[in-house]
Amino acid sequence: MKRFLGFVKKEFLHIFRDYRTLFILFGIPAAQILIFGYAVSMDIKNAGIAILDLSHDEITQKLTDKIISSGFFKRTENLLHYNDIDRVFKKGKTKAVIIFEADFGKKLVREGKASLSIIADGSEPNTATLVTNYTMAIVNDFTMELAVPALNNSIRIQPEVKMFYNPNLKSHFMFVPGVITLILILICALMTSVTITREKEFGTMEVLLVSPLRPIQIILGKVIPYFILSFINVLLILALSWLVFGLPVKGSIILLLAECMLYILMSLTLGILISTVSKNMQQAIFISLLGLMLPTILLSGFIFPIENMPKVYDYVSMILPPRYFIVIIKNIMIKGTGLMYIWKETLILIVMTLFFIGLSVRKFKIRLE
Amino acid sequence: MRTILYLIRKEFIQIFRNKFISKAIFAVPIVQMLILVPAITFEIKNVKLGIIDRDMTSESRGLISKLEGSTFFKVSFSTFSESEANSLLHRNKCSVILQIPSGFGRDIGNANPAKLLATIDAINASTAPLSWAYLNGIIRDYNMDLITENISTNPLVPLPQIQITNRYWYNEMLNYKYYMLPGILVILVTAIGFLLAGLNMVREKEIGTIEQINVTPVRKYHFIIAKMVPFLLIGLIDLALGLVIGKLAFNIPFEGSILLMFFCASLFLIAVLGLALFISTFSGTQQQYMFIAFFCMIIFILMSGIFTPYESMPVWAQDFNLINPVAYLMRINRMVMLKGSTIHDISRELYSLAVIAICFSALAVRRYRKTA
Amino acid sequence: METHVITVKNLVKKFGSFVANDNLNFEVFGGEIFGFLGANGAGKTTTIRILSGLSKPTSGEVKVAGFDAYRQTEQIKKNIGYMCQKFSLYEDLTVKENIILYGGIYGLTKSLIKERIAELLAKLRFQEYENRIIADLPLGLRQKLAFSVAVLHEPKIVFLDEPTGGVDPITRRQFWEMIYETAARGITVFVTTHYMDEAEYCDRISIMSEGKIVALDTPENLKKQYNAATIEEVFIKIARPVSLHPHPPAPFS
Repeated sequence: MKRFLGFVKKEFLHIFRDYRTLFILFGIPAAQILIFGYAVSMDIKNAGIAILDLSHDEITQKLTDKIISSGFFKRTENLLHYNDIDRVFKKGKTKAVIIFEADFGKKLVREGKASLSIIADGSEPNTATLVTNYTMAIVNDFTMELAVPALNNSIRIQPEVKMFYNPNLKSHFMFVPGVITLILILICALMTSVTITREKEFGTMEVLLVSPLRPIQIILGKVIPYFILSFINVLLILALSWLVFGLPVKGSIILLLAECMLYILMSLTLGILISTVSKNMQQAIFISLLGLMLPTILLSGFIFPIENMPKVYDYVSMILPPRYFIVIIKNIMIKGTGLMYIWKETLILIVMTLFFIGLSVRKFKIRLE
Repeated sequence: MRTILYLIRKEFIQIFRNKFISKAIFAVPIVQMLILVPAITFEIKNVKLGIIDRDMTSESRGLISKLEGSTFFKVSFSTFSESEANSLLHRNKCSVILQIPSGFGRDIGNANPAKLLATIDAINASTAPLSWAYLNGIIRDYNMDLITENISTNPLVPLPQIQITNRYWYNEMLNYKYYMLPGILVILVTAIGFLLAGLNMVREKEIGTIEQINVTPVRKYHFIIAKMVPFLLIGLIDLALGLVIGKLAFNIPFEGSILLMFFCASLFLIAVLGLALFISTFSGTQQQYMFIAFFCMIIFILMSGIFTPYESMPVWAQDFNLINPVAYLMRINRMVMLKGSTIHDISRELYSLAVIAICFSALAVRRYRKTA
Repeated sequence: METHVITVKNLVKKFGSFVANDNLNFEVFGGEIFGFLGANGAGKTTTIRILSGLSKPTSGEVKVAGFDAYRQTEQIKKNIGYMCQKFSLYEDLTVKENIILYGGIYGLTKSLIKERIAELLAKLRFQEYENRIIADLPLGLRQKLAFSVAVLHEPKIVFLDEPTGGVDPITRRQFWEMIYETAARGITVFVTTHYMDEAEYCDRISIMSEGKIVALDTPENLKKQYNAATIEEVFIKIARPVSLHPHPPAPFS
């Protein structure tokens, strides 16, 4: 036991001496939290639109002003011809063109009908839909305002909305759990697989294996420091999101931390498994970084809800541990629910951990023989 | 010049002698593209809707049937108990609850506005407003229906109406694969080039073979170029593979000039590889390199506007993107591929990319020391 | 023969406050085998790295093959070969590929490279290994190959930093035969070693201790001067290991 502790201490020192790696270990989650918090958002703001006003009257002017002043848009150009549309789109700054037909105002006053077209750049479907929807809503509002005197308020449905869990529609309710999920699995799997493969590659693993330490102790010794570092990372992310975004943990913090430990453990065992199948560090890095990064970001429900994916992805994503952890962490942090609601996901993570351990032990034994 | 060829030959032999890497550099992008590209849609459909109808009038039933008829919503339950509805929200069994209070039908008849209350699970702050917008749109339509019904039975002044037609250019059906493929392709190409080139360099340091090179009269830029060329070619091959997959598997059109795209991608790869080799001069071990590279990649990719609208970013973030090669290629790819933008349209991006490529490569050559 | 291919005057190399090379002065003559001895950490490798252009001196004058070690490191590199204690050919390339690579780097023509490969393989009886990757070769063979690659381009000087470390006696013997052969071709050999019997094979040797050169002469002269039977005795007399007892032992350890 004493020998083992000495070994763990040595591994710790090894990590702490490399301040650059340590800095990045904590820098990555911090940077991600800040980027998601301050730099990127899914919503649109200042989307470029161009106006092709074939009428040039008071009403089109008013409507244009109303659209531009909404804050969602920024006027890039006023166009003169249909032929210009393709040109502005190809430059990339303009996301939509709004076209007022000739005699728009006159027609609206005389015939009560005028038409307007929105042409959006479909190469960015999300922006295109949002721009179109927002513009339509503004135009409809405008029509309503014109119609109000005529309607005499007789028929009006007034829907109200309550944004549950997240009344101010803050995006960090989504990304803080996502960042924790992504960072933990990547860093844990990466770190463990790489350190163990490194020993293999440089032949130092043989030295360790002939030492009085048992193989399981060697692996544990390598993994324990990362377990602790990752746990500190969780605390750091939680503290950061609380201090910077005021995001509290609604449910039990003890349960949350326990679940995080389970997830860290799962990720570490995944790392060990990767190390048993990799011949050298490049391979380990390739598998753990390239193999895990994109699927975790895209398929775990971190940014993109699984419900919106085609049905098969519901099954494909079942083999991804992050998928379950995201549900767990969102439930505890944001909905404030207890174990009752997440026991299934927790159980799946436990089973996965055991599965990875079993598989690694088998692979490891085969290698030793 | 001949020296470069010998060095490049050596790099190629080494890469392709590594059984895992030589397969992975092509297999990983192919597999990930095939799996990931069709996964993502922002298209909202079948949002699970719960209904609490306390009104039970023909008006409320009219609204519900209108909702049921839409593809956005799927009425998953209706109840009278608010607490049951909330518990369903907790358990993710529904994401929108619409409450129709009693008196809804009555208020439509008289001058009072008829109230409705929607409760939306807003943890995902980007889809919640969309659900709300769709719900609101349906309610508004229903309102219009009622008004026109009312007017036809009781004709007053004609209502002013603005007819809105809308179209999406370049991607008529808003196929998300058109959007995702160029993005995922850029990420994969970046990751492979960035990781492998840097790791390769640091590995030579770690094993000590670089000493043997440093003691020869080989020129610094020869060595750097020789480290870049193989990964540049691999990156371009991956790009080509990605485009072929896009065409064959997802039928994604290619409007612009393929040559232009490959030219831009080459500039991009030179920039990325230059940066990778530059960073590798700071790292003593592959582990260290990997972490710095991971850090840079995450920042570059997240800031590039791959999954989020570029214009919504604050000014400082857009300024940062002036030196972010991923942001440029992301825009160029989508513009050239989908819109057929010409060299003239993307000249600004192209120049910037060229400048970045030159700067990063120059830094890599400068920082690489043959003599300590 | 009496021309200096290496001239070192007042060479000092510091790493921070640590002085690795403390005022070295020596010359190496063209075509000789110059043995560079010293205990571990005496500063041999530092000197070799400076002489081969891998590291810059802090002060002093250093000329190698007529070129200045501050400003003309690249010209120096054209005129030297180098083989270091850490094995450094590419392990995942074959014997042939390694030779082609270094031949190409030193600007040998294609036909010349081909010729040299044939020569080398014949000389080392390596033919069967031509297309084997280095990682599969035994250490002795690898070292011989590394040496052959280091002199592939017929440099003026070749630096060997502990070339025979970890190699069996028979291979060591063969290795030294190769060194003699090389010197006979007019290539100056600058070699560091831990094996004192090897030192006896050198034309002249210098012994370093704690960053200084404490002796420099032919093996015979040194033995005479120190009244010793072997170089090993000479070495033990003058080159005490750097950190035998640098500090008095701590009382509570």
